[in-house]
Amino acid sequence: MERTRAAADRDLKPAAEENRSAGGARALSADFLFRYVALAMALLVGATLVAVVAAIAYDSWPAIKVFGVWGFLKGRTWDPVSEHFGAFPFIVGTLVSSTIAMVLAVPLSFGIAVFISELAPSWMRQPVSSAIEMLASVPSIVYGLWGLLVFAPQFANVEPWINDHLGAIPGIGVLFRGPPMGIGMLAAGIVLAIMILPYITAIMRDVFVATPTRLKESAYAMGATTWEVARNILLPYTRTAVTGGIFLGLGRALGETMAVTFVIGNSDNLSASLLMPGASIPSVIANEFTEATSKLYVSSLIYLGLVLIGITLVVQTLAVLLLGTVGRGARARS
Amino acid sequence: MISLYARRRAVNLVASTLMFVATAIGLFFLAWILWTTLKLGLHAMHWDLFVKDTPAPGTDGYGLRNAFVGSLILMVIALAIGVPVGLMAGTWLAEYGGRSRRANVVRFVNDIMLSAPSIEIGLFTYAILVAPMGHFSGLSGGVALAILMIPIIVRTTDEMLRLVAGEMREAAIALGAPMWQVVTQVTWKAARAGILTGILIALARISGETAPLLFTALNNQFYSTDLRHPIANLPVVIFQFAMSPYDNWQQMAWAAAFIAITFILVLNVCSRLILKGTVKRS
Repeated sequence: MERTRAAADRDLKPAAEENRSAGGARALSADFLFRYVALAMALLVGATLVAVVAAIAYDSWPAIKVFGVWGFLKGRTWDPVSEHFGAFPFIVGTLVSSTIAMVLAVPLSFGIAVFISELAPSWMRQPVSSAIEMLASVPSIVYGLWGLLVFAPQFANVEPWINDHLGAIPGIGVLFRGPPMGIGMLAAGIVLAIMILPYITAIMRDVFVATPTRLKESAYAMGATTWEVARNILLPYTRTAVTGGIFLGLGRALGETMAVTFVIGNSDNLSASLLMPGASIPSVIANEFTEATSKLYVSSLIYLGLVLIGITLVVQTLAVLLLGTVGRGARARS
Repeated sequence: MISLYARRRAVNLVASTLMFVATAIGLFFLAWILWTTLKLGLHAMHWDLFVKDTPAPGTDGYGLRNAFVGSLILMVIALAIGVPVGLMAGTWLAEYGGRSRRANVVRFVNDIMLSAPSIEIGLFTYAILVAPMGHFSGLSGGVALAILMIPIIVRTTDEMLRLVAGEMREAAIALGAPMWQVVTQVTWKAARAGILTGILIALARISGETAPLLFTALNNQFYSTDLRHPIANLPVVIFQFAMSPYDNWQQMAWAAAFIAITFILVLNVCSRLILKGTVKRS
C-alpha cells in the first residue's frame, strides 16, 4: 500500500510535466490550486492547537498579571465581589471528581471488554458492544439533565447507607460522611464514570479482540481459565494501548463540563467529604461566565481554562502517544 | 493439586461473574437514561413545541420553535465551514502528505483536537470572535461547532482515502488524469460512503454540544435568525430550563432532550447503514 503510493507519486511528476508541455496549463493550474488549498487546510488544522493555547493565554493575561502563576494555582479564595481569584478549590474538584470516575470506570470497562471479547456467546457480542457505544452518543447535557433530575434524587436515598457503612470505616470513613443531598462530588464522579465508560471500553475491546488468536488459544490449550487468559495474556499483550485508553478516558473526564455542572453542587468550599458539593474548573467557568461583568473576572475564568488546558494537554498527549494507531476508528466514532 | 484446581476454578467463576455484572451495570445505566428520556420526553411532547417560541420565565407558554430553528442554523454554519476544511485537510493527509513528517505532525495535533474538551473550543472561539466583536453571536456559535467537527472529518477522510487501492490511482494517472481529477473523481468517489459516515458522525457529535455555545451563541428567548446576535439553540435551552424551578420549563427540557437524542441516534443508525451497505457491495 505504502509502496504503491510512493510509486504513484513518482509517476505523477512526469505526468504533470507532460501536461505542461502538451499545453495543459489549465489542468496544471487547477492541480496546483487543489494541492495548495488542501495543504493550507491541513496546516490550518495543524495550527489549531497552538492557536487555541495562544488565544486563551492572551485573554487570561490580565489575570496572570494580577495573580501570577503560583498565586493563582494556590489561591484558595474565589471572591467576585472583592475581585480576588484563586484556582485551588477548582483544581482539587476537577482532580477528585475525575479520580472517582477513573476508579469506577476502569474496572467496569475492563470487565465489559473481556466479557465482549472472551465470555459472551458470539450472537451477543455485537449488540452489547453497540449498546455500550451508544452511551458515548448520549450528549453530555442529557447526562446532566438525567443526573440532576433523576439520578441525584435516587442517589440521595442511598447516601444514608453510604454514611452508615462506608463512613464507619476508619481512615477513609471521613470521605463518606455528609448530608444526603444527592448532588455532590461523589454523584459527579459516578455520572462521569458512566460517560467515559464507552471510550475506555471501546479501546480495550478493540485491542483484546485484535490480540492474536494463537496466543489466546495456546493458553486455553494449556488449560488456562478465561480469567487467567485475560490477566496473563490479554493484559500484558495490550498494556500500552490499555494505558492509552485509560488516559483518553481521563482526558474526557477532566474536561467534561455540562454533566458535572449539573450534579457537582457548585460550591467553592473545599470539603473532605465526597458527599459535599464542590466545583470543577469546567463547571465554574460554565456557571459564572455569562454573569462575569468585570474584565478581571472574565479574564480569571479564562485563566482557569488555561490551567485546564495545561492539565488535559499532558494527559491527551500521553494518550495519543500510547495509543499510536490503535482504536482510531473507535475514537472518531464517538 | 485438586485444591489448586478448585481454587483456579473458583477465581475464574468469581471473575467471570464480575465481568458479567460490569456489563449489566453498563447496560443498566444506558437503559435507565434512555428510558427516562423516552418516558418524560414523550409525555412532554406537544404540537406547540414546534410552532411557538420559548416562554418568558414564570409564564404558562410552551414552545421551542426558536430553539429548533437556531440549532438548525448553527448546524448549517458548522457544516458549511467544517466539511470543506475537514475534507481538504484529510485529503491532503492521505493523498499528498502520506507518511511525511509534516503529515504526521498534523495527524498528531488532529488526534489531540479530537478529544479536546469542548469547553476549551468555546473559550477559544470567544477569544477570537466574541471578544473582538463585542457581543455573543450565532455566527461564533457555528464556528465553535465547526472547530469541533473538523478533527472528526479529517480523521475519517484520511482513513477512508487510505483504504482506496493504489492501483485505482495509478490507473487514473496512466490515463493522463491530473492529480486533482484523480482525487475528486476516483478516490473521493471510491471512499464517499466512509467520508459521508464521518460527516454524519461529526454532525451527531456537535448536535448535543452545549459548553462551547455558552460562550458563543448563548441563548435568545425570542425567534431570531440574525447571525450577529445571540441565537436560541436546543442544548443551551435544556441547560437553562433544567436548572429552573418552573414545571413547564423542566418538561420542555425533557422534550428537547428526547428530540436531541432521537436525532443523534437516527444519524448514528444512518451512518452504520451506509457503511454496512458499502462493505457488503465490495
